[in-house]
Amino acid sequence: MKRILVLSGKGGTGKTTLTATLVQMLQIKAFADCDVDAPNLHLICAKKEWEREDKPFLGMQISFIDQDKCTGCGKCVEVCRFDALVKTATGTYQVNPFNCEGCAVCQYVCPENAISSKDNITGKTSVYTHEDTVFSTAQLNMGSGNSGKLVSEVKKNLDDAVPKNEGIAIIDGSPGIGCPVIASLSGIDLALMVTEPTSSGLHDLKRIVKTSKIFATKIAIVINKSDIDEEGCQLVEAYCQEEHLPIIGHIPYDSTVSKTINKGENLADIDCPSSKAIGKIAEKIPSFLEK
Amino acid sequence: MMHIAILSGKGGTGKTFVSTNLSACIKGSTYLDCDVEEPNGSLLLHPTITSKEVVTKLMPETNQDICIGCRKCVDICRFGALAFLGGKPMVFPEVCHSCGGCTLVCPTGAMSEKPQSVGILENGTFLENNHITTGILNVGEASAVSLISAVLKKAQNDTIIDCPPGSACSVMESIKGCDYCVLVAEPTIFGLHNLKMVYDLVRVFKKPYGIVINKCEDESNLIDDFCKQEQIEILERIPFTKTIASNNARGHLAVTIDQTLHELFSDLANKLKERTSL
Repeated sequence: MKRILVLSGKGGTGKTTLTATLVQMLQIKAFADCDVDAPNLHLICAKKEWEREDKPFLGMQISFIDQDKCTGCGKCVEVCRFDALVKTATGTYQVNPFNCEGCAVCQYVCPENAISSKDNITGKTSVYTHEDTVFSTAQLNMGSGNSGKLVSEVKKNLDDAVPKNEGIAIIDGSPGIGCPVIASLSGIDLALMVTEPTSSGLHDLKRIVKTSKIFATKIAIVINKSDIDEEGCQLVEAYCQEEHLPIIGHIPYDSTVSKTINKGENLADIDCPSSKAIGKIAEKIPSFLEK
Repeated sequence: MMHIAILSGKGGTGKTFVSTNLSACIKGSTYLDCDVEEPNGSLLLHPTITSKEVVTKLMPETNQDICIGCRKCVDICRFGALAFLGGKPMVFPEVCHSCGGCTLVCPTGAMSEKPQSVGILENGTFLENNHITTGILNVGEASAVSLISAVLKKAQNDTIIDCPPGSACSVMESIKGCDYCVLVAEPTIFGLHNLKMVYDLVRVFKKPYGIVINKCEDESNLIDDFCKQEQIEILERIPFTKTIASNNARGHLAVTIDQTLHELFSDLANKLKERTSL
């Protein structure tokens, strides 16, 4: 199976809209949403009648303090680097689950053996199936860490559910360049990077390109809303040329997009300038994967 | 002195647009760019950079001459950041959380910690007497939290905190110390879905909040309906126009060229002062 990952650096450049449209146009049978912080692909791509299996996701185990054993000596507080221990009204300590990273160093120093590890649900994974189509997604609990681990789980769920070595899988990525993005980049055959002709779009594109180069991932650039600023678009094109990054397509600004998305419909079903442009990108994808 | 966090869940709804224009309308305020993975505030504020600082985290290091190969460091590590190879520990910095456990348990002092750069802070000034600090995460660095907490230490006077997208640990870190949260939403089903997540987050942290609807094209929209249903205050509605979008795209600060938007953001600043002085 060839894996395509859709990234952008900057948020809101159109990753999810592009992913959803390509999934339908290329009749993709395996796709996933790795933007576990703010997943949206299911709003367009998952149909009500599809079967769905949800599972709680266990992140790192975190510390738990037995209030009967804790004497309030404070040795745990001295070693905790994450500000995760809170004094209670009775002088004992409790763990703030949002701050605890699960290093368990507090357990090592506790003279009363009052601290142990407990499971910590940090999100939920969902696998949708319909005939031979599989869609893997997840939702991280608010305020949680472990987003990289959850991203790896989403990809594993996709791999487990589809027969290997055939077809194309498309994965919607997160904005930024940190933990979830790094986790999503492993095993990717082509990173489609969606940018826009704005100063921040270009600035952020440069950072995500640098990040992907660490993983030696093949890159193709999509310039979305390419006609909102001609000069800005030329700057993006010049950067791509300098860095030898192929531009796979331009998508014009099209007010049909938000209207279509807001109805929960797929842009692939609408005849409009932006869907035509994405159609051309879809045609080029197989050759980009082979190059 | 108010500390206002600007967040949205979804990326690209206009957090940086709102944060930069709002700070420009508050004399002597500080703008903190906590979206350290992709910081964009300085592209609009064009600050004069006055200083740069390197922010570090502690990484374990083994002195192979003293190490007796007891394995205690490997056994305490919960993150798989230490492997036992050839009778000695080997550190994998990418997965290390800098908890200090390995150094603590080492009986011979062979394990020590050395600062390693995670990113930089750029401090500067803009307009007459406004301050800016931007956190810039090193490319390839996974965890933004320590850098964000370094950015937040630069809060002074009225402070506007431009948060990262999402609702995970880095957003939580960014809003921890603030007095009020402004949720920026765009009227799309994606915008609404991600708004609900940060709405849950600000309520868990018991922060007062209000909503700014950006890119409004119709009189009423799905964010309005949600706010009505949940009885959330709508602080401002920012229209979508091609001029606003193209000025922002070119890095022009809206309030310095558009009188209507200057009034809108000054009104927002006044409302926030009122809400935080209660």
